[in-house]
Amino acid sequence: MSYGPHTPADRERMLSAIGVASVDELFADIPAGLRASRLNLPDAEPELSLATRLEAMAGRNRTDLASFLGAGVYRHYSPALVDQLLLRGEWYTAYTPYQPEVSQGTLQSIYEYQSLMAELTGLDVVSASHYDGGAATAEAALMACRATRRERVLVSRAVHPQYREVLRTYFAGLQLDEIPLVAQGPAAGTTDLVALERLLAEADRPVAGVVIAQPDFFGLLEPMAEAGRLAHAAGALLVAVVEPVSLAVLAPPGAYGADIAAGEGQPLGIPPQYGGPYLGLIACTTALIRQIPGRLVGQTRDLDGQRAFVMTLQAREQHIRREKAASNICTNQALLALAASIWLAALGPHGLRDVAATGAARATELEGALAAVGAPRVHAGAYLNEFAVRVPNARAVHRRLLDRGVLAGLALADALPDEPALSDALLVCATELTTPEQITRFATELASATGGAA
Amino acid sequence: MSVVGPRLQPTIFEQSRPGRGVARVAHPPKDALARIPADQLRSAPPGLPELSEPDLVRHYVNLSQLNYAVDAGFYPLGSCTMKWNPKINEWAARLPGFAGLHPMAPDETAQGTLQLLWELEQWLAEISGMRAVTLQPAAGAHGELAGILMVRAYHLARGDADRTEVLVPDSAHGTNPATAAMAGYTTVNIPSRPDGAVDIDAFRAALGPRTAAIMITNPSTLGLFESRIGDLIEAVHAAGALAYMDGANLNAILGRFKPGEAGFDVMHINTHKTFSTPHGGGGPGAGPVGVGERLVPFLPSPRVLREPDGTFRLERTGERPTSIGRLRTFVGSTGVLVRAYAYLCSHGAAGLAEVSDDAVLAANYLKHRLAESGAYDIPFARHCMHEFIASAATLRRATGVRTLDVAKRLLDKGFHAPTVYFPLTVEEGMLIEPTETESIETLDAFADALIEIAREAHDHPELVTEAPHGAPVRRLDEAGAARQPDLRARPTAPIDTPCPD
Repeated sequence: MSYGPHTPADRERMLSAIGVASVDELFADIPAGLRASRLNLPDAEPELSLATRLEAMAGRNRTDLASFLGAGVYRHYSPALVDQLLLRGEWYTAYTPYQPEVSQGTLQSIYEYQSLMAELTGLDVVSASHYDGGAATAEAALMACRATRRERVLVSRAVHPQYREVLRTYFAGLQLDEIPLVAQGPAAGTTDLVALERLLAEADRPVAGVVIAQPDFFGLLEPMAEAGRLAHAAGALLVAVVEPVSLAVLAPPGAYGADIAAGEGQPLGIPPQYGGPYLGLIACTTALIRQIPGRLVGQTRDLDGQRAFVMTLQAREQHIRREKAASNICTNQALLALAASIWLAALGPHGLRDVAATGAARATELEGALAAVGAPRVHAGAYLNEFAVRVPNARAVHRRLLDRGVLAGLALADALPDEPALSDALLVCATELTTPEQITRFATELASATGGAA
Repeated sequence: MSVVGPRLQPTIFEQSRPGRGVARVAHPPKDALARIPADQLRSAPPGLPELSEPDLVRHYVNLSQLNYAVDAGFYPLGSCTMKWNPKINEWAARLPGFAGLHPMAPDETAQGTLQLLWELEQWLAEISGMRAVTLQPAAGAHGELAGILMVRAYHLARGDADRTEVLVPDSAHGTNPATAAMAGYTTVNIPSRPDGAVDIDAFRAALGPRTAAIMITNPSTLGLFESRIGDLIEAVHAAGALAYMDGANLNAILGRFKPGEAGFDVMHINTHKTFSTPHGGGGPGAGPVGVGERLVPFLPSPRVLREPDGTFRLERTGERPTSIGRLRTFVGSTGVLVRAYAYLCSHGAAGLAEVSDDAVLAANYLKHRLAESGAYDIPFARHCMHEFIASAATLRRATGVRTLDVAKRLLDKGFHAPTVYFPLTVEEGMLIEPTETESIETLDAFADALIEIAREAHDHPELVTEAPHGAPVRRLDEAGAARQPDLRARPTAPIDTPCPD
């Protein structure tokens, strides 16, 4: 089917006005030798049969499992009003607010998003959005290089492995070194500060930024304030990779001295959708305002003195600065920033705290239930709502539980093939959507799959 | 717009009152956070707003009504392809099986989505004439970065490390030179011909042993197909370089020109332009990239693979060491790609060809209406593709009214403005792209409005230079916004501490 309005008579009228006999004449600039071969594609599908087929395809995905999988993407309750507002065409069928006089809705919503994120992060400058947590982290690291005029970045091995892969891609021509983790003891699984200090002190290899995640990939809380002091003493910036829902209860980056915060905004009520569209967060101190990549919205006045909002400081951006721009980013994730804003406003400060603290409470229950069937935590340090547990033959057990309707988190052997010490571990998480019944079911099935005590 | 007139809104912070709001989630036990060291906890709650549900919904409904949108009217923004966004696409992306699927879910639990992605890759490869497609890039500029990083990997894999330059026409989207710089290349800007068109001979002359790639938009940002593109690609390859095509203007050439067949080595596709995924007020988009044979080994990871038994899986980390790696987390913006897939299936081969035929027909009709009126300059008389350039240069000399003024006056007449002052190579330029989904009545009404504005420019210039008059706000002080940046609101009411439970 076609969504076009033209009747044969309309087309005829247009052709005769233009003065051509057929539409083919309009394509005469394409030389004969370069004309396309026939499009070898299926025929058009009527809406009903397409809808039926898409429903069947979606139905082949298993979203009915009791899921303990997080690893950077977290399911949260989304109040009914959120998606109803997002379905308003005035939001999702508008484009970038190039004509601010007829885009005040989008512009004010971005300004409010920047304000909400500034509250969560404790940092005053927030970009209007980036692609996702991985790309935002890479852009934050590049930003540290521009700000310090240095070319080397250190990234903790406790940063999400996919974020580290993205960093490597973006840093093709720059220097990227990994900070090892503490192997044993109460701080096991967190960034090794002794190693960090050594890396920062290497002669003739000045460091632009230090990238550490809070909570880290294993769910552990990192010594951010101390890492920040070490980085600053070496003239480097601290880039904190944050999970925004955790910021309802955890100390914000602005409080522990981070210069830049980056992260994935998906937990702010955005569905998992097998990878996106998501919401890349970047926030920074006012000192770094000229280095932040991507769009910014600021408050101003119109000719009558009415308050209004507009894209600002565009001299950083590609459409003005071209090859000298802070980044090549153009399209952003405005609709996802709106979704996150509505979700945050629907929950409010107390609701957000309830969500974060309920996840922590459920995670405590999960820890107890799994420990009772012989799956103790791998690490000893404090965590919020995600942690690793030791399970012999973790991969095979994960597989067996899947057949019994339990998605037992992430087998770390799959995500971190270069960490043999974690080959028998599962990374599991709980949120407010995790029920006590699901926890009991996980523990029971785990016991029966491993022969542990029930 | 609202029946009682557009209403500017106080910020959501200004509407906050402590104690308002709805409990959405039960309160957790009081000791929920007791096991976390005090120095890791926040000392005061974030200053988020507290609103009742009616106030919150009205805030966002009233804000939305300050926006112009495709759902409200004609949006002829050149190079942005603001076509109709079919409603079934929104429905499809929200199906619980698609929306609720975790991106690290085991392959066997994700077969529906993996099949959809694999099939979408085949559709896009056929449309672009490319050998293979990656769906990972999150936007057009992200796709450009993927493409140029693959070009870099290709040259380095051949031991050809001296290629340091990327050639870009000065009429290119700003993302092209910015991408080349981000990938570590020096951008060489190739000046356009005096009439603003791409100078193919200057390109050929600039090619050499230092050239890694050229980046070119075809049809060009002037809405013209480069007839000599074949010769240029041949010269590029003879110089040992590769040819990148910016696919922003793919909506003109579906079924008529396959860039891969013509010799392009790599191109990106903007699903939010050609394949109807909504622009969302600036995003999200998706920027799949198609590559020819030579670049297949370097595609970003993970690829979607089909096994001999007909099942699908994601490539594993490190499985293909030649890959340039990841450009973002996970496989891609799947929710956007579901919409693009629905769009492609609903059109089929014939429907897609009709899209481009109708888009080009509509652009030429509109161009003809304006040319015939004499109200504006039409710098390129020949047939255009899916968009065309008009200019207010003569009008400005006669009346002092600039393109910017014309754009603002169009808002009063119920239309979004075209893209203005792009490309930078045309004086007082307007890039007008009607798309295939607008009726002849709408095209006529838009032409009439533009012609009337030219008349107003002669008779009552202040009507145009002071426009808009009917929009929610008048022209803004943009310089003031940049001089003293105010980028965030501050909470006006203190937050109760602790939680009142």
